[in-house]
Amino acid sequence: MAQIFKHTVFPFSAPPELLGGRVGTVPVCVIGAGPVGLATAIDLAARGVRVVLVDDDETVSHGSRLICISKRTLEIFDRLGAGAGFAEKGVVWNKGRLFFGEDEVYSFDLLKEEGHQWPAFVNIQQYYAEDFLVHAAERLPNLDIRWKSAVVAVGPASEYVRLSVETPEGRYDLDADYVVACDGASSFVRRVLGLEFQGRAFQDRFLITDVTMQAEFPSERWFWFEPPFHEGQSALLHKQPDSVWRIDLQLDQSANPDVEILEENVRPRIERMLDADAEFEINWISLYTFRCRRLQRFTEGRIFFAGDSAHQVSPFGARGGNGGVQDADNLAWKLAAVLKGEAPAALLASYDAERIPASDENILHSSRSTDFMTPKSQAVRDIRDATLALARDYGFARRMVNSGRLSLPAVLDGSPLNTPDTETFAGSMRPGAAALDAPMVAPDGTDWLLHQLGTDFTALLYLADASDALPNGWPNALPAIVKPLIAAPMLGDDGPNAYVFGDTEGHVQTRYDLMPGTVYLIRPDQHVAARTRSFSMVWLENALARALGNVGDRA
Amino acid sequence: MSALVTKDQTVAPDDLYQALVDAHEGLADGESRQLNARLILLLANHIGELAVFQEAARRARASVLRDRPDE
Repeated sequence: MAQIFKHTVFPFSAPPELLGGRVGTVPVCVIGAGPVGLATAIDLAARGVRVVLVDDDETVSHGSRLICISKRTLEIFDRLGAGAGFAEKGVVWNKGRLFFGEDEVYSFDLLKEEGHQWPAFVNIQQYYAEDFLVHAAERLPNLDIRWKSAVVAVGPASEYVRLSVETPEGRYDLDADYVVACDGASSFVRRVLGLEFQGRAFQDRFLITDVTMQAEFPSERWFWFEPPFHEGQSALLHKQPDSVWRIDLQLDQSANPDVEILEENVRPRIERMLDADAEFEINWISLYTFRCRRLQRFTEGRIFFAGDSAHQVSPFGARGGNGGVQDADNLAWKLAAVLKGEAPAALLASYDAERIPASDENILHSSRSTDFMTPKSQAVRDIRDATLALARDYGFARRMVNSGRLSLPAVLDGSPLNTPDTETFAGSMRPGAAALDAPMVAPDGTDWLLHQLGTDFTALLYLADASDALPNGWPNALPAIVKPLIAAPMLGDDGPNAYVFGDTEGHVQTRYDLMPGTVYLIRPDQHVAARTRSFSMVWLENALARALGNVGDRA
Repeated sequence: MSALVTKDQTVAPDDLYQALVDAHEGLADGESRQLNARLILLLANHIGELAVFQEAARRARASVLRDRPDE
């Protein structure tokens, strides 16, 4: 098999617990160095929390696995200091084409709106994503990555969780105040705690193959229902870096996985799809049945489940990895705030309150997409095929065709951390929404709104003019964990207003429906906590208290 | 008199599709065909205008005939 990416082998080095023979202690132990575990560990460490990240392997992902990285995930990785690699190496795609039989039914363009740093999606192999994250992790002195270290026992949690870690040089114990289990779909932590998934399993199998070839296909997502080269089933084609193409082929329920996974049987299927004389090399073959299911709770005392250990979805819509990274984004700042004494432990309960509805949304969409691809009866197949046939001519039917509803950041509606609006706002930036990016012009050049948000909270104030008076108490009376950020239509003059950012293209004003004096309170994970058109320090203190898990208003 | 609306006015297309699939849940093939027929009659009555129904029938038929293999 071809190998383009060179896997670095990360050396095992004996931790102090093995050398000294004592039990180690750490505020947070993250289990599993996949994208979700790495994001969690980096986020925590960047917030000043000492983290041990253990992984039973000694290198990044072997297969390409998750390849579609969503805009929100790119923004999160960028915040974690790992964005550059994705911008340089990733394949940007915006267009999707959909075929039924031999006909192209329609094509779609993902929202291509001006004024965003990141595109809707880039495709990149999981091993690159993990490699970029490992590099970002290695820059953090308080993040201790321990390779070849498998958690083999999880003690009962009271004041801490005692983990037993097996290594090539022996076993040691590690006590963690909190544990984040990012150990994947077959999570050891989940099994040892005896927790069951609830949800659905789909009978149909999908053959996932990566091939290397010099092909003329554009950087687009192509999806076929019942193509001539793969009768009665569906197929998906995606471009990755290094001339690698992802091909998903649906197989029927009777397919024998042991036979279908053999390269000699995969090759003829690919040849029918491409051309008999197409030259290609198969890099990776995998065979899945899909499951759409989750744990009843993502929190068990001091142990948190994030990513595939907590929930699994079929891949149509790119909601697995991208959903998992949003788990990390949601949990890390909360753990850090509690460990630093900035928030009560009650804040941690909001992880389940916010991420379980988000997971259910992902499960609903990916279940429906998989259902659309795999009709369960002749009657349902008739409805599906009628939808596809009408989609050639009718927009209403095109909108019912479902080859995957692509991942968008969850809006945390109904979260106990949100302060409900008491005034009228247009647009989508309601409390719970992930902050939309927009250009912000600083005196030294153009930057992005998301780059200017604080490590902790941010209060974004809009002024009609950079020289306008600031609200009472602004900025000196703002709490230390709230970064003041001011935007105005034009850049401030040199001098007293030099810190005012210019919203010269107006995107910030439009996206946030800003009026002079409007203030948004934005959380450390860049979700909107509260907004007002009548700012006061009392409003801010109440909204901040609520966003930090203090129930109700202080006033 | 109103005309058949063919522009997209579906608010939640995935929910509509799911409702249609759910209606067939657990039915045998013959029962499913009967469900479709009865569903059409109920919706035709709701429309309440013969010309609108005829236009829908004409368009559906044209779409089906388009896929008839060449003789």
